[in-house]
Amino acid sequence: MFRVHHLTILTTAILFGIWCLLTYGGIVSPLFLPSPSAVVLELVDLYREGLLIKYTWDSVYRVTVGFLLAAVTAVPLGLVLGRSRIVEAITQPFIEFVRYLPVVALVPLTILYLGIGDIQKVAVIFLGTFFQLVLMIADVSASVPRDFIRASATLGANTYQVYRYVIIPCSLPGIMDNLRITIGWAWTYLVVAELVAANSGLGFMILRSQRFLQTDRIFAGLLIIGLLGVLTDWLFRKLTKLVVPWSEKAGGKS
Amino acid sequence: MSKLEIRNVSKTFETRYGKVEALKDVSLQIAPNEFAVIVGPSGCGKSTILNIVAGLEKTTSGTVLMDGKEITGPGADRGMVFQSYTLFPWYTVRKNVEFGLLIRGVPADERRRIAEHYIEMVGLKGFEEIYPSGLSGGMKQRVAIARALANNPEVLLMDEPFGALDAQTRVVMQELLLEIWEQAQTTILFITHDIDEAVFLADTVYVMSRRPGTIKARISVNLPRPRNHKIYETPEFISLKSQIVDLLWEESVQAATETQIQETNGGMFR
Ligand SMILES: Nc1ncnc2c1ncn2[C@@H]1O[C@H](COP(=O)(O)OP(=O)(O)OP(=O)(O)O)[C@@H](O)[C@H]1O
Ligand SMILES: [Mg+2]
Repeated sequence: MFRVHHLTILTTAILFGIWCLLTYGGIVSPLFLPSPSAVVLELVDLYREGLLIKYTWDSVYRVTVGFLLAAVTAVPLGLVLGRSRIVEAITQPFIEFVRYLPVVALVPLTILYLGIGDIQKVAVIFLGTFFQLVLMIADVSASVPRDFIRASATLGANTYQVYRYVIIPCSLPGIMDNLRITIGWAWTYLVVAELVAANSGLGFMILRSQRFLQTDRIFAGLLIIGLLGVLTDWLFRKLTKLVVPWSEKAGGKS
Repeated sequence: MSKLEIRNVSKTFETRYGKVEALKDVSLQIAPNEFAVIVGPSGCGKSTILNIVAGLEKTTSGTVLMDGKEITGPGADRGMVFQSYTLFPWYTVRKNVEFGLLIRGVPADERRRIAEHYIEMVGLKGFEEIYPSGLSGGMKQRVAIARALANNPEVLLMDEPFGALDAQTRVVMQELLLEIWEQAQTTILFITHDIDEAVFLADTVYVMSRRPGTIKARISVNLPRPRNHKIYETPEFISLKSQIVDLLWEESVQAATETQIQETNGGMFR
C-alpha cells in the first residue's frame, strides 16, 4: 500500500541522487560541493581527531541549557501573562520592545558583557527565544475557553486550583508545540553566535573550515546540524504524544 | 424557608456599544427539593439568571439568597451543567466526574467509589477510561450531570443542558434526569426554551418576557410523579402546554410588531 511516509523517502532519495549526480558526475567542482563519500570520510576524520563528539556536545550543551532556561522561565510567565490584565500591563511594553530587537544585533553586547564562552552562547539563545516564547505561551493560555474556567469554579476550584487543574493541562498541547518551534530557532541563534565568536562548537568548525577552504568539513558540519534538528523534532513529537495523549491536534499529524 | 431566593435582581451589561439591560426586577423562590424550570424567548436573560445564581456574574441590583444567606461568588454548593460541552478534554470520564472531589481533597479511593456510583447512575458504566472526544453529545451531557452531582451540590443549575441533542436522546435524558432527581433529592433550577421539556420536568414553570427579562408568569405543574413521556398525551399536559404557548406567543407577537414599527420608521435613509 502507498503511504505518506513513502513520499518522504522518495524526496530524500531524489535529493541524494541529485547530489551524487552533481559530484560523481564531475558537474560541480569538489571545492564547492564535496561528494557524499568525501563527507563521510571527513566525518570519520573528525571522529578520529576527537572533534566530532566534542564540538557536537559543546553545541548541544549550549542549546539545551539556553533553551531550558528560557523554557522554565517563559512558560510560567506566559501562562500568567495570558490571564492577568495586571501582569500584562506591567510587562507587555518591555516584552514587545525587546521582541522586535533582532538577537543578532545583541551579540556584540553579549560578547562585551560575557566574553565568548558558554555563558555568552547561552545568553544569546535565551535572549532569542525567551521573549518570543512568553508571548506565544500567553496567547495559548489566553485562549483557554472561558466555560472551562467557569465550570471548574462551579465545582469549587480556587485560583490556584484553576491554574493547576485547568489552565495548565488545557495549555499543554499549545506549550509543547511552541517549544518545538522555538527549539529550532535556538539552534539558529547558537550557530550565529558560534560563527561570530567561539573556540569550539559546530558553528565555529564551519567558520574555520571556510578559512581553510575545507568544504568537506563545512558539509560535514551542516549534515550534523541538520540531523540533530530532525532528531530533536522527532523527540519532541514523541514527548508531546506522551504528555498529552488526549489531544489529537498536538504533536503534528500522524 | 425557601432553598433559593432571587430577590429583585436586575442586571445591566456595560458593553463597548452601550448598555444592555438583560434582567429587570426578577424575583422568584424555590422550595427545597423543588424542580423549577424557566422558559423564555431567546436572549431574554435566562443564562444571565443562572450565572448570577452560580456566582459567576454579579447583579446590578438585588440579591440572591441560599438558605437565607447571600451569594457572593461561585461555590461547590451550587453545581452547574452548561449548555455548551464543558467536560475537560484532558481528563477521562472518571477524572472529570472526580474533579470536584479532587478539589475538595477527598482521598483517591473514596473519589473513585463516588465517581463510579454516579457514572453508573447516568448509565455510562464501562466508559470510565474514555476521553470526552470519544463520546457522543448525549453521553457528554450525562458525564457533565454526573460531574455536578458527584460534588453533592445543594442546588443543581442546568442551562439548556439538552439543547444540542436530537429529539430522541432528549426524551431519554429527560426521563433519566427525573429518575436521578428523585434519587438524589436535590433542588434543581433548569432552563430551557422547549415548552414540552419544561412541563414534563417541572414542579413550577416560570415564563419570562423578552429582554429586559422579567418573570411574566408562575405556573404550578401538578402532574403526578413519577412521570414518563406517555404523559405528553394527557389533557392536563396539553392544557398546561397551551397556557405557556399563549404566554410566549404574546411575547413574540409584540417583538415582531416592534421590529416592524422600527423598520417603517427607520426606512432606508435614517
Ligand atoms: N457578558 C455580556 N456582555 C454583554 N451583554 C451580554 C453578556 N451576556 C449576555 N448579554 C446580553 O444579555 C442578554 C441576555 O443574555 P442571556 O445569555 O442571558 O440570554 P438567554 O436567555 O440565555 O439566551 P439564549 O436562549 O439564546 O441562550 C442578551 O441580549 C445578551 O446579548
Ligand atoms: Mg442562554
